[in-house]
Amino acid sequence: MSSDMLPLLTKALGETIYMVAVSMAIATVLGIPLGVLLHTTSKGQILESPALNRVIGGIVNAIRSIPFIILMVAIIPFTRLLVGSAIGTTAAMVPLVIASVPFIGRQVETSLKEVPYGIVEAALSMGATPAQIICRVLLPEAMPSITAQLTTVIIALVGESAMAGAIGGGGLGDLAIRYGYQRFRPDVMIATVVILIVLVQLVQFAGNTLARHLNKK
Amino acid sequence: MIKLSNIEKIYDSPSGPVKALKNISLEIGRGEIYGIIGLSGAGKSTLIRCINMLERPTSGQVIVDSKDLTAMSEGELREARKDIGMIFQHFNLLSSATVYDNIAFPLRLSGTGEKEIKEKVEPLLNLVGLSDKANQYPSQLSGGQKQRVGIARALASSPKVLLCDEATSALDPQTTKSILELIRDINQKLALTVVVITHEMQVIKDICDKVAVIENGVIAEQGTVMEVFTNPQKPITKEFISVLLSNDLPTAFRGNAISHEPVPGSYLLLRLIFLGESADDPVIAGMIRSCNIECTMLFGNLDQIKSTPFGRMIIGITGEDAEIEKALDYLRNHDLKMEVIGYVKRHASTSD
Repeated sequence: MSSDMLPLLTKALGETIYMVAVSMAIATVLGIPLGVLLHTTSKGQILESPALNRVIGGIVNAIRSIPFIILMVAIIPFTRLLVGSAIGTTAAMVPLVIASVPFIGRQVETSLKEVPYGIVEAALSMGATPAQIICRVLLPEAMPSITAQLTTVIIALVGESAMAGAIGGGGLGDLAIRYGYQRFRPDVMIATVVILIVLVQLVQFAGNTLARHLNKK
Repeated sequence: MIKLSNIEKIYDSPSGPVKALKNISLEIGRGEIYGIIGLSGAGKSTLIRCINMLERPTSGQVIVDSKDLTAMSEGELREARKDIGMIFQHFNLLSSATVYDNIAFPLRLSGTGEKEIKEKVEPLLNLVGLSDKANQYPSQLSGGQKQRVGIARALASSPKVLLCDEATSALDPQTTKSILELIRDINQKLALTVVVITHEMQVIKDICDKVAVIENGVIAEQGTVMEVFTNPQKPITKEFISVLLSNDLPTAFRGNAISHEPVPGSYLLLRLIFLGESADDPVIAGMIRSCNIECTMLFGNLDQIKSTPFGRMIIGITGEDAEIEKALDYLRNHDLKMEVIGYVKRHASTSD
């Protein structure tokens, strides 16, 4: 292992964690309400609204059908508008968030669907408002499942963040391509891959532990 | 306390509108336990959901505690629902909350302070016998215990009405019995009006004062449980009752021709029903003493409807025609119901 590798790896790992963590945080804040909306406006649910549900569902599907590398390039004007630049780590987070919000929305929707309607009905029979049902019934009941789903999203984000190198986002994926591939440094390539594997394992382990802890079923 | 007038509920389905409830009217008095029995799909679940407007009737009026729920806005309705507790077949507890938090749930919804919640929840835990389980999660409880939590939760907002939607259908007979006892107990302690939906006549018999039999979205028959049990009018009612009270002849006679005229060597079979105090009277002994007849007891059963003794008996009598007439007169003059089945011969062989 050559002496230049360690600073390269720590910097890249820092960038990956930064990109994933910040994008994940923003995407979660936006994605959970989206998932709630997708679920509660569907047929037979508390805010049933077929038209709204179809519109939101359509947008979600449209974004999710664009491959990440293309989405990243396609929204460059929007990224520039939002963060003032189209290149760099911060700029890379814009497409990461845009790709993750619909993903989280669908995952949360799936989790909420697993909550038996009877529990919602019981809350309705006690005079709960829709907001109370969402905050005190649906989300707490689905939380173990949502945690597991969000873990999947984080792992997907780690993968997508590797493509961020294409717009100068940095991170482990970028390092692997630039040094490991383009400069023929198999040691860098292997080190990057190992770090990615460990990172994903850690995320999955943490997610599973948390989900198990939350699950009282 | 509860008055339903001309309730109709129509669902849209791909094959056209379906009438789930047709012109249903019924009245439930304060403090009564009112049973609604029907087969699955008869509309009983829809009906009970019309009482707290979880299902909005297509037409008709729902009045609970002199308030017209059908005329209310969603907001007013939410307030009104706090006076109507409900328990469910599958308990519908929050799996992520402890027993204590489940019972506290309706109070937290209405913003009650934690101190006041504690003062309400603890006596309720006591009432349903789960004081030692306060910090457990529903998954750690048995079905009967879960339903007890459901009952405590339904009572937390001090409702005037308790709706029970197949509350014992997922429980074994032993547990069913204890849950029914609890419901009867709180009905008396809290002067609560209770509406019970079930498909089991046993439930009606054990705790209800009045009953409505619902079939295909229509009330086929209603009245006091005693009336309906002792004098059912509609085939569906008879069918429900026959599950509990077999109407078959004893095996020694089953399948043989029933004649309305005396046949040599036959018995005149009588079905007798004793109600209340008369169930204790020695009527049969008196009949045998005063008439010169032979009497065989073929079937006998003493049961209770809610807390009223209810005896049923099939006897066979033989003797001179005149003596038999005298025996029938004797029975008619006593406080019991008698149905003459007819003259039936005993099977030649009793080995079956």
